[in-house]
Amino acid sequence: MPHALVLAVLVVAVVTTGGLLAPAPAIAQDSITVTSWGGAYSESQRKAYYEPFLQKTKIRVLEDEWGGDMAQIRAQVQTGKYKWHVVDVETDHVLAGCDEGLLERLDYKAIGPMDQFLEGTTHECGVATISWSTIYAYNADLYAAGAPRPTVAADFFDLKKFPGKRGMWKSPKHNLEFALVADGVPVKDVYEVLKTADGVARAFRKLDTIKSQLVWWEAGAQPPQMLADKVVVMSTAWNGRIYNAVVKDKKNFVIVWDGQSLDYDWFVIPKGHPQKDLALKFIAFASTPEVQANQSKYISYGPTTKKALTLISPAILKDLPTAPANTKNHFRVNAKWWADRREELTEKFNAWLAK
Amino acid sequence: MPTVLRPAPLAEALGGDTVPLQRQVRRVEARRTLRAVGLVLPAFAFLFVSFVVPILSLLSLSVQNPELPEVLPRTAAAIRAWDASALPSPEIVAAFVADLRDADRAKTVGRAGKRLNYDISGFRSLMLQTARDLPPPETPAPRLLEKLRALDERWGDIRYWAAIKRAAGPVTDFYLLAALDRRRDVRGHVVQVPTGDAIYVNALGRTFGISFVVTVVCLVLGYPIAYLLAGLPTRVSNFLMILVLLPFWTSLLVRTTAWIVLLQPEGLLNDLAVFLGLFRARVPLIYNRTGVYVAMVHILLPFMVLPMYSVMKGISPSHMRAAASLGAGPLLAFWKVYLPQSMPGVAAGSLLVFILALGYYITPALVGGASDQMLSYFVAFFTNQTLNWGMAAALSVILLTVVLVMFAIFHRVVGIDRLKLG
Repeated sequence: MPHALVLAVLVVAVVTTGGLLAPAPAIAQDSITVTSWGGAYSESQRKAYYEPFLQKTKIRVLEDEWGGDMAQIRAQVQTGKYKWHVVDVETDHVLAGCDEGLLERLDYKAIGPMDQFLEGTTHECGVATISWSTIYAYNADLYAAGAPRPTVAADFFDLKKFPGKRGMWKSPKHNLEFALVADGVPVKDVYEVLKTADGVARAFRKLDTIKSQLVWWEAGAQPPQMLADKVVVMSTAWNGRIYNAVVKDKKNFVIVWDGQSLDYDWFVIPKGHPQKDLALKFIAFASTPEVQANQSKYISYGPTTKKALTLISPAILKDLPTAPANTKNHFRVNAKWWADRREELTEKFNAWLAK
Repeated sequence: MPTVLRPAPLAEALGGDTVPLQRQVRRVEARRTLRAVGLVLPAFAFLFVSFVVPILSLLSLSVQNPELPEVLPRTAAAIRAWDASALPSPEIVAAFVADLRDADRAKTVGRAGKRLNYDISGFRSLMLQTARDLPPPETPAPRLLEKLRALDERWGDIRYWAAIKRAAGPVTDFYLLAALDRRRDVRGHVVQVPTGDAIYVNALGRTFGISFVVTVVCLVLGYPIAYLLAGLPTRVSNFLMILVLLPFWTSLLVRTTAWIVLLQPEGLLNDLAVFLGLFRARVPLIYNRTGVYVAMVHILLPFMVLPMYSVMKGISPSHMRAAASLGAGPLLAFWKVYLPQSMPGVAAGSLLVFILALGYYITPALVGGASDQMLSYFVAFFTNQTLNWGMAAALSVILLTVVLVMFAIFHRVVGIDRLKLG
C-alpha cells in the first residue's frame, strides 16, 4: 500500500513538473488589460470596445476591476510590475495621478485629432471616454397615482412633502454642490459660493436638515439595491446604474435630472508601461466616434466626441446625461477646484458625519 | 593509614579525563543553544525580512517628508534658517523661483503642490499657476517677491511661506500631529485643530470603545458555548464545533451582506418581529451601532470560542467533583475552581478578539452609520483613495502605540506567560 501511494505521488509530481516546464505555445496572442469599474458599465465596454477591438486588431482585452484606489496604480508604477495597460478613472484620479507622475503623458497624434473631442474632455494625462452624471432617483412604487412626486433638487431635502430615508454618496463631492443648488443657489454660481467658508457652512446646514434620515452608500451598485429594498425612498446615484435597473431589472425608478452634476471618466496609462503603444492603440480605437456611439446602446452614458452625438438614435439620446431636456439645471463638476479643496473638505465632511 | 572512602572525582571515575566537568557541561549547553538558534534562525530571518522590515518601513512613512527636498531642494535648504517673523528674504524667494522653474520643466510641481495642499487648502493650484507664470530669470532677487505677490496675493501671506518651511525638512511631524488632531501654527507651536475639523482622536476612542464592547459581548456569548463544548463527549462536541467554525468558511463580505439582508427595515428579522407582534413599527437594526455590534460579534465569536475551548478541554472534570466533595455548591465550585483555571483561555480569546476588532473597517462601513466609522477606515481611505501614505502610516503608528501600551499594562497586570492559546 505505502509503495503504491509513493508511486502515485511521484507520478503526479512528474506530470505536473512536466506540464510546468512545457514550452509556451508558439504564437502568443497580444493582449492588454483594461481595468474598469465592473458591473453593467464594464459589460457595456466589453460589448462596445473590447470585442470589436479584438475583431479589428486581433489584440485580446483582458478585463480587471477596481474601485478607485489609486494605491494600486502607484504600486505598479513604483515597482515596475505592470498589471494594467489602460485604466478607466475619474477626473480626480487623472489630476492626482498626473501630479504624482503616475500617468503617461498621452501622445494625441496617436489617438486622434484634438478637435474631434468635446470641450474639456482632453487632458495631457488622459482622454475622456464617457460623460456621466450624479442624479437622484426615487422609487415610483411608493407614490400613489395622483400623489405629488419629487421633481426638483429641493424636493430631496423636503422631509415634510416627501418623508422617508434618503441615500447619499459618502463623500463631500457632489453632496455639497447639490445642497447649495437645493438651497436656491443658481447652478452657475455654485463653486463661487462654495469657495467661501460661509458657502461651505451653508451647504452643511442644508445637509443637516436631512442628516438623521440619511443612509450613506459607497459603491455604485448600492443605490438601486437600496431603492429596490425600500431602505430609502430616494437616493443620489450614478445615472447609468439607475437606467440599467429600470431597463434590465424592470424596476419602477424615476430619475430627477434637476441639479445633476456632469462629470467624465477617462482612460489613462500607468507611467512607464513597456507596452504603451498597445495601450494607445486601444485608447485611439475607443475614441473613434462610431465606437463611442455604440456604447450608448448598452448603458446610458454619453460619448465625448462631437460626431458620436450625431450617430446616436434619438430614443437613446433622451436618456443620456447630456440630452437637452436633462441639462436644463445642471453643473459640471469642477475637478480642479476639488483637487485643491478635497482634503480639507473631506476632513470637514468626516468630522460632520461623526457628530 | 586508614583508607578514607571519599568519592573519587567524577572525571577520574569517567576514565581519567582531565577537563573539569563544569566546562564540559557548559560546552554541551552552548552547543545545544547554538543548535536551537541555528534551527530557528531561518524562520526568524524570514519573518524579520518579510514581516518586520516592511511594516517598519511603512510606519516610517509617517515621518518621511521627501517631496519638498526632492522637488524644491534649494528652497528647502535656504528656508530652514528663516524664523517666520517676517516675509522671507530675497535669497529664499530667489531659490524658490529657481526651484519652481526647474520643477516646471521636470513636471514635478504637482508633487510639491500636493504635499503643501495637505497643510493649506488651495496650495496645489497656487503652486501650479505660479510655476506657469514665473517672473523671467533675469529679474533681480529683491523684486521677485513683489512680482509673486502681483501674480497671487497669497504669496504676501506669511502663513504660506511658513507652510513651506514646515514641509522643508527630510523628516516631519506633520502627519503624526494631524493624526492627533493637532497642527503647528505660524510660529511653530503645536495647537489643536478647530473642533469642527477634529476627527481622529474621536475615531480612536470610538474604535477602542466598539472593540471593547464587542470583546465583552463575545466573551459573554462565547464562554457558555466553550463550556458546553468542553463538557460534551468528543463526537458531539466535534459536530457542534463544525457549526462554530462554519462562518470561517464563508467570505467576510458575504457574511456582512447577509446581515444587511437580515437586519434591513424590510428584512427578515423585522418581518418576523412584526409578524409575531413583537414590535409595532420596524426597528432600525442596521446603519447604526446595533448593526455594527451584531455583525462584528458574529464574525469574531469563533476567535473567542476556540482558545477558551482548548483551555477548558484541559480542565479535568474531577476538579469540580473534588470541590463538590469538599462541600462547595455548584456556583462556588465554578467560581473558585473552574473559572480561575479557564482564565488563560479567556485572556487569550479576549486579546485576540480585541486586536482583530481594532482593525475592522469594512464591516462597520457597510452595516454602520456615519458616526460608527472606525480608525482603520481612515487608514484604508488614505492608503487607497488619496494616496496620502504619510497620514495612513501616522494613524497606524498611533493605533499600534496605543495597543502596545495596553499590551504592556496587560502584561503587568495579568502576565503574558499566563496566556494559553491552547
